[in-house]
Amino acid sequence: MVDITGRVQSVWRRNWDAFLRTYRVNFIPPFVEPVLYLLALGFGLGTYIESVDGIPYPVFIAPALVSISVMYSSFFECTYSSFVRMYYQKTFDAIIATPVSIDEVIAGEMLWGATRGMIYAALMLPVLLLFGVVAMPSSLLLIPFAYLAGLLFAGIAMCFTAITPSIDALNYPSFLFITPMFLFSGTFFPLDLLPQPIQYFALAALPLTHVVAINRAITLSAFSPTNLLNLAWIAVATIFFFVLAIRLMRRRLIV
Amino acid sequence: MKMIQCVSPKTGGTLEVLGMDVETHQREIKSHLGVVPQETNLDPDFSTYRNLLVYARYFGIPQREAEKRAEELLAFMQLEEKRDVLIDKLSGGMKRRLIIARALINTPELLILDEPTIGLDPQARHLIWEKLRSLQAEGNTLVLTTHYLEEAERLCDRLVIMDHGKILVEGTPADLIREHAGSDIVEVERTPKVIARLDELGVNYDLAGDVLQIFTDRPHDVARELLEVCRHEAAVTVRPATLEDVFLRLTGRSLRE
Repeated sequence: MVDITGRVQSVWRRNWDAFLRTYRVNFIPPFVEPVLYLLALGFGLGTYIESVDGIPYPVFIAPALVSISVMYSSFFECTYSSFVRMYYQKTFDAIIATPVSIDEVIAGEMLWGATRGMIYAALMLPVLLLFGVVAMPSSLLLIPFAYLAGLLFAGIAMCFTAITPSIDALNYPSFLFITPMFLFSGTFFPLDLLPQPIQYFALAALPLTHVVAINRAITLSAFSPTNLLNLAWIAVATIFFFVLAIRLMRRRLIV
Repeated sequence: MKMIQCVSPKTGGTLEVLGMDVETHQREIKSHLGVVPQETNLDPDFSTYRNLLVYARYFGIPQREAEKRAEELLAFMQLEEKRDVLIDKLSGGMKRRLIIARALINTPELLILDEPTIGLDPQARHLIWEKLRSLQAEGNTLVLTTHYLEEAERLCDRLVIMDHGKILVEGTPADLIREHAGSDIVEVERTPKVIARLDELGVNYDLAGDVLQIFTDRPHDVARELLEVCRHEAAVTVRPATLEDVFLRLTGRSLRE
C-alpha cells in the first residue's frame, strides 16, 4: 500500500536540521502565543466570565490554546512550507533521485509536521504551568498526544498540498477549514452552547473538536469514557489521511 | 532520462540500468546512480558543505564517511572557500559544480548529467568540462544530454543524435563528422555569380541564411574556384566541419519548439 522504510528518517532529519538552523525564530510563537491569549481572553475577557461549567475561564481555554497551536504548526508546516519545498525549492525532486522513495518523502514531511506540533506543545507547557492553568502530572500527556494530533493535521494538510494548483489556493483550506475550527471546536466556549445540528457537525467533521476534548481531559486531569471515542476518531482519521496524502502526492509527483 | 533515473515510470519496452530492471530494482539502481539535473535543486536551507552531508544521508552513508567524502568533493570541485556559504550566495557556475559534487557523494557507478553547463559563462563551462574529463579519465561512465554540440564533441566517446524522440545517428563525434559533414566546410556569401559557378562545377551546397555552405573533402580547390569568381566581392572562408554542422544537416534548420 505504501512503500516506507527506515529511510524516512533522513527526510525528517533534513527538516529538523533546517528547523534548528533558524531555531530563534521558531521558538518565539509557542512562548508568546499562550501568554497573549491567556492575558487577553483568559484574564481580560475572562473577568466577565466567572466560570464555564464550574471551571475558571483561563483554565478552560488553556487546553484549547495547546490544541490550536498544534493544529496551526502542523497544518501550516505541511501546507505552505511543504509546498515551498516541493514546488519552489524542488527539494522533493532532489531527494527522489536517491534511494529514498516518494512515499518516504511525503511520510517524512508529515512525521516532521507532527514533530513540530509536539515541539510547540512541549514549549507551551511551562508557560501554562507558570500561569497555573494546567494540572500536573497529567498535563505531561499533552506532549505525546500533540504528536498524534499533529500527525492528523499534517495528513489533512498534505492532502490539500497534493491537490492545490498554487500556493495561493492554500488560503482556501486555511480560511474555510482551519479558521472555523479555531472558533467552533469547543475552544473558547463549550460545544453544547451551539445548536444541536452544528454540534453533530463539529463532532463529525472538525478534528479539532476531538483534540480539544482530549487535551481538556488531560489538563483538568478528568478523563471520561467519551475520550476513548475521541481517541478512536483521531486514530482512524490519522491513518486515513496519512495514506490518502501519500496516494494523492504520488499522483501529483510521478509524471 | 527520467526513466533511467527510475523517477518516471517507463512508457514501454524494456529498460535495464546496470543490469537491473527499472521497475523492480528502483532503490538498488538509484543507490548506484549520480544525477545532475538540469534544474538547480540544491537545498537553500543549508550551506554548501551541509548540502553534501544532508544528501549523503538520503543514501544512508554513515556520518563520518560522508564528512570525509564531502571534504574531498569540495576540494575536487574547487568549492572549499564556499564551504559554509548558503546556496543563495553562490554563482551559477558554483551551483553547477556543487550539484556535480552532490551527485558524486555516493561514488556512483554511473553519472547522469542533464545539460550540465546550461547558462554558464565560458570560464565556468571550461572548468566543469575539465572536471568531467578527469572523472572520465578515472574510468567513470557518464551519460550526458546537451544542446551544446561543442560540449558533446569534447566530452563524448559515443554520441547519439536524437530529434523528436527518434535516434538519428550514433557513433564517435569524429566518425559522425566524417560521415555526415566531410572534413571541411567552405562558406561563401550568397551571390548569383557564386551560385552559377557552383552549379557549373556540379558542387552541392546548403543554404544557411545569407551564407552558402559547401561540404567537401577538397576545401582548397573549391575555395580557389570561388575566389576567382568573387574577386574579393564576397568573403570565402574554409573551416573544419563540426558536430554542429552534422546536427543541423540531420535535423534541419527550422526552429523546433
